[in-house]
Amino acid sequence: MDCLNLNEPHSMGTTIIGVTYDGGVVLGADSRTSTGVYVANRASDKITQLTDNVYVCRSGSAADSQIVSDYVRYFLHQHTIQLGQPATVKVAANLVRLLAYNNKNMLQTGLIVGGWDKYEGGKIYGVPLGGTILEQPFAIGGSGSSYLYGFFDQAWKEGMTKEEAESLVVKAVSLAIARDGASGGVVRTVTINADGVTKNFYPGDTLPLWHEEIPAQNSLLDILSAPSPEPMSM
Amino acid sequence: MSSIGTGYDLSVTTFSPDGRVFQIEYAAKAVDNSGTVIGIKCKDGVVMGVEKLITSKMMLPGSNRRIHSVHRHSGMAVAGLAADGRQIVARAKGEASSYESVYGEAIPVKELAGRVANYVHLCTLYWWLRPFGCGVILGGYDRDGPQLYMIEPSGISYRYFGAAIGKGKQAAKTEIEKLKLSEMTCREGVIEIAKIIYKIHDEAKDKAFELEMSWVCDESKRQHEKVPEELLEEAKAAARLALEEMDAD
Repeated sequence: MDCLNLNEPHSMGTTIIGVTYDGGVVLGADSRTSTGVYVANRASDKITQLTDNVYVCRSGSAADSQIVSDYVRYFLHQHTIQLGQPATVKVAANLVRLLAYNNKNMLQTGLIVGGWDKYEGGKIYGVPLGGTILEQPFAIGGSGSSYLYGFFDQAWKEGMTKEEAESLVVKAVSLAIARDGASGGVVRTVTINADGVTKNFYPGDTLPLWHEEIPAQNSLLDILSAPSPEPMSM
Repeated sequence: MSSIGTGYDLSVTTFSPDGRVFQIEYAAKAVDNSGTVIGIKCKDGVVMGVEKLITSKMMLPGSNRRIHSVHRHSGMAVAGLAADGRQIVARAKGEASSYESVYGEAIPVKELAGRVANYVHLCTLYWWLRPFGCGVILGGYDRDGPQLYMIEPSGISYRYFGAAIGKGKQAAKTEIEKLKLSEMTCREGVIEIAKIIYKIHDEAKDKAFELEMSWVCDESKRQHEKVPEELLEEAKAAARLALEEMDAD
């Protein structure tokens, strides 16, 4: 079998989502980091903090997205000190975009910047491959997002509550995990609003099952010690 | 309070025994010799006015502008050496432009004032440079509301409700203090500034002057622009009327 190559670069196959609601934003992601077909990390945290009020969802090359996040966090920290007040989401997104655009030949990472500031409220900015910046009411990214375009066309609506937005995000990520081999693991969400930041974690067994999916088992031992299945009768 | 700093005033990098840098104080004197410049912060914006002394009848009205736009949302009125002022405005424009390129939003007025102050101060640190011979009033309107800053040749920058520099600054400040700025709109502010400038203009010492005014307010859609022609004429008429009434007493 020549498919297990541990020298493949770490890539986050990924499903990432950012959604605005009335009062803030909800960011969501899966937790699978793969090296080729090997799952290098099944519980990664792809939603990274840039400032107290701005987070970024990372997809694509793990190394590239991490280095971009690190640089932007550093610049934003200096900017906050200089300004004397928290940076706005727009500024964070613009710094991300400048790095992504000016290094487009070397980077392979799609990012979704989301947060809350006192001037504009909750905002989501998509920064896909190539370094475009686009402010959107919701954004999806990563390999798993291909399966979500139709879903969001139908399920998205303006002015949702926090609970509606969060459950939409969890449902969407779990749908993508069901169909995309490069997404999997748990669902992590980060909710940002005027009151602050709330992080949530949805392990695999709390997620809804979709057509013909097998229920999660708690441990390999349970599967191994299960009785042999009854032979089918014809 | 003027004193000769004999021997200690030859270079901007020399302190006097009583802790003063005379070159900077001399630079401030250059500002005091220029026509008065006034700025006020009203409840819906900032208004700035300049008493532009006309040195020659050959000068075209509207030329030798003393108020410049630095960015869409802010402008600067300059007092003192005009050429020095041009340099400061150019630097401010550059700072505003580069901030927007990096951060993707218009430079906050506070940040702009800080950067201009830094630049002016820079020129007081090296013996091969001389301090700027001009003071600047910076008025802008950003997401934190309208703001007014004044930057002096020493590099000091403070935020003000009302500020004046130049020849008639003492008289102008007295007049400004009489105004209720927090209740005034910019429309009213334009008239008031015109009145003040006409009042403090010294007919005996300086001959003609041209009134130059600008504002940035809700009415101008938060853009820095010249005060509209009809409003400016209205202000000048009101100012001349007020002067006649005063003379009539």
